[in-house]
Amino acid sequence: MSIMQEKEMWTSKLRKSWQKTLPVEKLLPDTQPAYVASWIYLFGVATLASLGVIIASGIVLAFEGASWYHYSNVGHFINSMHFWSVQFFFVFMVVHLWGKFWMAAWRGRRLLTWITGAVAFVASIATAFTGYLIQTNFDSQWISYEAKDGFNSVGIGSRFNVTNFGQMILLHVAFLPIVLGVITMIHVLMVRAKGVVPPIDAFNAELGERK
Amino acid sequence: MNDRRSELEAAPWSGRTRRYDLIKEGVAALVVVTIATVALSTLFGSPDDKQITFKEWAVAAPADFYATTVQELAGSSGTGGYGAPYNTASDGVNLGPLHLAKLMGVTHPVDTVNDFVITPLTTVVNSGPVADALKQWQSSDSKTQAAWATNYDNALTKANQDATKVPSGNYGPVPQLSGGLLSMAQAGSLDGALLSQGNYFQSDNTKQTLFMGDGSYFNDQSTASNLQGSTWGMMNETGRYPGQAWLWLYSFWYQIPPFNNGDSHPFGANADAWIMVIMGALSLGLIIMPLIPGVRSLPYKIKIHRLVWKNYYQEENL
Repeated sequence: MSIMQEKEMWTSKLRKSWQKTLPVEKLLPDTQPAYVASWIYLFGVATLASLGVIIASGIVLAFEGASWYHYSNVGHFINSMHFWSVQFFFVFMVVHLWGKFWMAAWRGRRLLTWITGAVAFVASIATAFTGYLIQTNFDSQWISYEAKDGFNSVGIGSRFNVTNFGQMILLHVAFLPIVLGVITMIHVLMVRAKGVVPPIDAFNAELGERK
Repeated sequence: MNDRRSELEAAPWSGRTRRYDLIKEGVAALVVVTIATVALSTLFGSPDDKQITFKEWAVAAPADFYATTVQELAGSSGTGGYGAPYNTASDGVNLGPLHLAKLMGVTHPVDTVNDFVITPLTTVVNSGPVADALKQWQSSDSKTQAAWATNYDNALTKANQDATKVPSGNYGPVPQLSGGLLSMAQAGSLDGALLSQGNYFQSDNTKQTLFMGDGSYFNDQSTASNLQGSTWGMMNETGRYPGQAWLWLYSFWYQIPPFNNGDSHPFGANADAWIMVIMGALSLGLIIMPLIPGVRSLPYKIKIHRLVWKNYYQEENL
């Protein structure tokens, strides 16, 4: 195969674009800018760590079934881990989000990083919501009964039926985790590709503005 | 100047750096979160208030169950008059001239008479009077059926749901059918029959949930657990556990005028639809926040970022 032919291949184009945008040195750097030195930076990774615990405990629950935790002590413990890791996940994510807002982290052509993060937040709410609907207890009975009115009121209920346990469990364990996982991965890769946003006044001197 | 600043902010950082082990940080975070999760799970467990069955309802509040069954036969229950996506009994809520639910049509048809009462009764061997009542009902035309059920529904309402105080009247087999379903529910046979509707595989609990919601018992239990929408129920959990606190803003609108008055038009009576629109708009606003003038300038005006980068600002004398 000639070099010319290789250049025209989609595969080689993708590889070159990938290597240019996100070389492994950017993906797994061992240094960070000096300004990356604040407790606020921990909340992004803490969110990901919580997501890891959610997925691990969720996989166990998925194998054992939605009602397992009602009659098994081990099941109840795993369900508790799923429950508390979700609580941690949201606390960490909200602090991370507020932190990024006050850092105006969308600067320097990082708009899509913000957008993927915000979409991940909304997708997380939808994923957690469907989880509350499949607890197979009184809470899930009531939530589905109440929530149906909101979704029905704008026509969404015609396709997203919160009282349909089968639909909700499939969305919760298959569709929404895939959506959330893909968005989160894109978000993290964008952070690595673009680098951590510099301080707001970092370039005042270069731009001739007062420090 | 802004383009130049944006270019500088986008370019790879060429200033001072520090050693930073991302993998070690990630592993440490995972260990700490796992330990914290195990600790809270061990100490507090998780909420699990038992589900309410039709048997529990029929045994604990037989008069309420009986009256709800009569309403289902008469079509006067909440579900009977709901509209789309369950039936065409009403236009449902609206956003001004838009009736979005009606526009999407009846996608989950629910016939309260047959799905909730008649079909379940046909799945069991009934006593003589109930079997006769079923035959009488099934051999009558729908107009007669509706007249019987409405007559009895009105009479029962006047008697404060006390069937023993209902005067005699033209009720057809409605009292026997309602009594038959009550017995069936008390015996524990109705839960499965409502779900399966005569089939084997089924995973859609819509009919059970709607029927249960039409009665008072289910609502009373949720009120006791502080789960009603008017008391921030969307974000509450049973017991003393944190719920979906991230739904606080969604719940908030239900606590304030005009949305907390179901009788006020047009917003209170259609609060569900308006609040969905508001939350949809706010969610979109969050996603595109960096494009919204004013909001995107707040981090420049309220300098919380100086706390985040306190050391860097001191070191660089910014």
